[in-house]
Amino acid sequence: MKQYAYYPGCSLESLATSYNLSTLEVAQTLGVDLKEIKDWNCCGATAYFPVDELLAHTLVARNLALAEKDGLSDFVAPCSACYKNAYFTNAYLKKDPDLAEHINYALEADNLHVNGTMKVRHLIEVFIEDVGLDEIEKKITHPLKGLRVAPYYGCQLLRPRKDQENVENPQFFESLLSALGAEPVDYPSKTRCCGGSLIITNRKAALDMVHILLQDAVNRKADVIATTCPMCNVNLEVYQGQVNREFGTQFAIPVMYFTQLMGVALGIKPEKLGIGKELVSGEPVLAFAY
Amino acid sequence: MSEKIGVYVCHCGTNIAGTVDVKGVAEWAAEHLKHRGVVIGRDYKFMCSSLGQELVENDIKELGLTRVIVAACSPHLHEKTFRTACERAGLNPYLCEMVSIREQVSWVHTDKVAATEKSKAAISGGVERVIHNEPLEPIQVPIHADTLVVGGGIAGIQAALEIADAGYHVCLVEREPSIGGHMAQFDKTFPTLDCAACILTPKMVEVGAHPNITLLTWSEVEKVDGFVGNFKATIRKKASYVNTDSCTGCGICWEKCPKKVVDDVFEAGMGIRKAIYRPFAQAVPKYPVMDVENCTYFKNSKCKACQLFCPTEPNSINFEQKDEILEVQAGNIILATGYDLFDATRIPQYGYGKLPNVFTSLEFERMCNAAGPTEGKIVLRDMKTAPKSVVVVHCVGSRDENYNKYCSSICCMQSLKFAHLVMERTGAEVYNCYIDIRTPSKDYEEFYKRVLEEGGHFIRGKVAEITDAARIPEEEGKLIVQVEDTLIGKQRRIPVDMVILSAGLEPRHDAKEVGKLFGIACGASGWYTERHPKLDPVATMTDGVYIAGCVQGPKDIPASVVQGAAAAARVLGKIQQGVISLEPIRASINKDQCSGCRICNGLCPFNAIAYIEDDNVSDINPALCQGCGTCVAACPAGAISGTGFSNEQIIAQIDGLLLRNLEPAGV
Amino acid sequence: MSEQFEPTIIGFTCNWCSYRAADLAGTSRMKYAPNVRLIRMMCSGRLDPTFVLRALSSGADGVMITGCHPGECHYIEQNYKALRRFLLLRRVLAGLGIEPERVKLVWASAAEGARFASETTAFVEEIRKLGPLNWGKTDDRQQTMDDVESSVVNRPSSEMEVPA
Ligand SMILES: Cc1cc2nc3c(=O)[nH]c(=O)nc-3n(C[C@H](O)[C@H](O)[C@H](O)COP(=O)(O)OP(=O)(O)OC[C@H]3O[C@@H](n4cnc5c(N)ncnc54)[C@H](O)[C@@H]3O)c2cc1C
Ligand code: SF4
Ligand code: SF4
Ligand code: FES
Repeated sequence: MKQYAYYPGCSLESLATSYNLSTLEVAQTLGVDLKEIKDWNCCGATAYFPVDELLAHTLVARNLALAEKDGLSDFVAPCSACYKNAYFTNAYLKKDPDLAEHINYALEADNLHVNGTMKVRHLIEVFIEDVGLDEIEKKITHPLKGLRVAPYYGCQLLRPRKDQENVENPQFFESLLSALGAEPVDYPSKTRCCGGSLIITNRKAALDMVHILLQDAVNRKADVIATTCPMCNVNLEVYQGQVNREFGTQFAIPVMYFTQLMGVALGIKPEKLGIGKELVSGEPVLAFAY
Repeated sequence: MSEKIGVYVCHCGTNIAGTVDVKGVAEWAAEHLKHRGVVIGRDYKFMCSSLGQELVENDIKELGLTRVIVAACSPHLHEKTFRTACERAGLNPYLCEMVSIREQVSWVHTDKVAATEKSKAAISGGVERVIHNEPLEPIQVPIHADTLVVGGGIAGIQAALEIADAGYHVCLVEREPSIGGHMAQFDKTFPTLDCAACILTPKMVEVGAHPNITLLTWSEVEKVDGFVGNFKATIRKKASYVNTDSCTGCGICWEKCPKKVVDDVFEAGMGIRKAIYRPFAQAVPKYPVMDVENCTYFKNSKCKACQLFCPTEPNSINFEQKDEILEVQAGNIILATGYDLFDATRIPQYGYGKLPNVFTSLEFERMCNAAGPTEGKIVLRDMKTAPKSVVVVHCVGSRDENYNKYCSSICCMQSLKFAHLVMERTGAEVYNCYIDIRTPSKDYEEFYKRVLEEGGHFIRGKVAEITDAARIPEEEGKLIVQVEDTLIGKQRRIPVDMVILSAGLEPRHDAKEVGKLFGIACGASGWYTERHPKLDPVATMTDGVYIAGCVQGPKDIPASVVQGAAAAARVLGKIQQGVISLEPIRASINKDQCSGCRICNGLCPFNAIAYIEDDNVSDINPALCQGCGTCVAACPAGAISGTGFSNEQIIAQIDGLLLRNLEPAGV
Repeated sequence: MSEQFEPTIIGFTCNWCSYRAADLAGTSRMKYAPNVRLIRMMCSGRLDPTFVLRALSSGADGVMITGCHPGECHYIEQNYKALRRFLLLRRVLAGLGIEPERVKLVWASAAEGARFASETTAFVEEIRKLGPLNWGKTDDRQQTMDDVESSVVNRPSSEMEVPA
């Protein structure tokens, strides 16, 4: 069976362990063989690229090189930022022989070589494209019937503009949620940026961005917001209190990784999915759990 | 060597002589190319002057020249001049070739030695080539005096009327039940704001009644055979299930028809028609057509209300009617099939189709029209509330890397027109969000000024998003238009009741296939390619096929009318000639050499090559062939030869250019 | 001082775009290297690959093929056919031991005199770097050329041409 080079990324080892747990559980249930890349390193996230593009690419390329060395052809990242970085570095490596030469010169120190031949995808794409919605639907034991879920794409997941015209109104997340039996909520800001790490440099502006997202989801009567990225998840969940203080609102909407919702629907025990550690209780989701 | 070749090298004042040793070149040719048949090498100040031409003519007569080389400017400038001179002296014009030593040598090089050597090589190439030239005669084709006009918008109407008024017969084919095109949908037209119907209807009526026009509506061209002067079009006249001989257009059938259908074409989805319908009151022709996809009878085998109530004798409704296939002969064709409106749902962030009070330009036009679904009242989608504030978004789908890169040219003026109409009829605040305001034609800038004075607001910025997600109480229940005002450098959120999207113009969705039918090509943006963008905008690369109106590119009504008239003038000119001569640059197949492999068949863009089953060989129709030479290059048997550009000519020219022809001791 | 190698290059132009680009370079008095000698054809689709071989075997050091931009061919789409032939031809050249870079394809519209001039000069420099081809200069040149031509003509036709 096909193996995937799995790149969890730093967040999944620290503040997003529940994302890692649920990812591995769901993958196993769906028969997706994730092989974690040995000795992977940080991809530089969003911060390193503006500092030194070449070095940032090299950082990412090392992970790609490790995956290539394992003889695998598919690179999977559950974090939108990691995915975006890997996708572009991989694409540029193929397109720009000069860049490839520079990077490979650096990688030589580590006895590595990168070709840019990986197929780089986000975890959600792998589930939808390789497992397939029909197959997922068949395995559902605890359909999330009546649960109103706001699919939050965020911006980076869509930045490799694979389908030009749909990047403003993608539908794949909704389709996945429908397959789980849930009711996807249509709200206007699903592809809007969550602020990323802006909270560190401009707290007010960042809170404003989170405020808009929460307000939209709540206005459309969502029970829970589903995310595909640890950064988005943190911003939407952790800063609800600050938003409430700043804007006089009373948000208390659970924010969960899409893998956690999948896990619940697939009948996996909530503990195994890292559920129970959230700041805003996942109550509405737990109602469906095994 | 039996040929006698004259070589003439022009000084062009100092244009050539300043860089090239023209005298030396002429002498070199006479001496070193003597063994190739050059009997005379002359240089002259201005070869194109009458004295220069006479030089050639005299030598032809006195020295008995059989071939002529003129080394001077570009053949695109004076090939005709020298060929005509040869003809006057009794030499077949196609035995004269020009060699460009001005555009390709003296004007682009500075080193005199190199320039002189290159000129020699060029002449040597020309001499070798001309040896293989064959005397040719222009191809004469008689012209059928009828014209086929496809598309009955304003451009097609204008073209048809011009030709018909000049006394020649026109067949006008229109896909919809009525002619009129987009213009018939509008209320007012910029910049004068005269009523579209008032100026269009008389022309439509004239077309309908013109003795020289055969009007085929509800029809489409399915096939075109033949070539300039002799086209044969196969036209499908769709069954309308109405007998037009007896129908009076009284309208009882559609009054009684129980089946209501949303009219996506004429009413742009804003209004309702019946299953049997006439798109609008002034339609030409006046007869209704039946839309079988929606008709109750065709669906459930019962109803026939229209037939029951039809008052004519005999009854005009005929459920047995079938599509008719007609064949039409024509000497020339004018394509005026217009444009499609950009589909605004392709920009999801503008919310069209999701947010009810976002309208497209055509929807708004219908709303403004007194005969339209709201009888001219500007209202929200609830069909009753007048808006208090409106944003008009310019350039929707135009000047946008993600959709169409080009400017749709009419949207600025149309958006100004909308702003004016909204202010005039509702007193609402109007904001125009634009990238640039482009008002280049007569009286257009004045119209812009007028709208400014009337109090329209103008925000320079591309709209980012239109949403109903309110952030502050004032935005509740409104559409919020998010736009960066680039003149003050601020993001703005404008809460309004209504948004009008000035969607751009796009080539017809089927432009490619239709173009293929007529043997013409679409450019990168999908509009049909004209023969020359400046000097020949209504002709195409296919002789006898012309384009007019928006098929050639986005334009307004005055420009469409101009093109319609221009195409008509070109056609009338052709008809007047009676016959036309075509450049004899054509490919032909030597049947003895053709192996019948058919490789060439699919290569010809003009379908000029046909396979003759009986003889197991391919054959080229010289009137369809445009002489590109692709098939010549492809034939593995070398059976195809291209006059004017034969293998022998080109190979000889290669050798000549490389000075392979010189005697071993040469140079 | 060793004398600089001056390559001889044959250029094929189509009547509608690239020949007019050359005309425009002239009327605009743009300067470019004098090493290219042009042959006008109606369309780049007329380019028989054997012309290129003929030019190379008769003493040219490089061949420049020019035509209208894709989508702008005056015979609708024949330059795409030229493109296919060009790509195949480069494979054939490599097979014959000739640097495929000796043949270059340039699209130039009638408005691109500057492009025509700069591409020409650039190509001359590229060929100068490659050095003389010296194919046509051998004694049995006719023999070589005949070999080449027949080897090309006798290839399966499907390889030379992919019918549209
Ligand atoms: C919202 C809007 C407002 C405008 N307002 C103005 C204005 O105020 N003033 C102004 O000057 N311009 C205005 N314009 C521009 C104007 O619409 C065009 O300039 C004009 O309609 C072009 O006419 P046409 O005949 O080329 O094309 P069309 O009007 O599109 O007519 C083409 C005709 O061909 C028919 N057809 C299409 N395909 C086929 C086929 N295969 N076979 C047979 N028939 C076919 C169609 O049914 C149609 O009848 C406006 C445009 C828009 C979108
Ligand atoms: S048969 Fe009935 S539904 Fe059909 S057109 Fe006539 S009246 Fe309308
Ligand atoms: S020369 Fe061109 S136009 Fe003529 S038959 Fe051959 S492919 Fe067709
Ligand atoms: S006419 Fe220029 S490439 Fe065909």
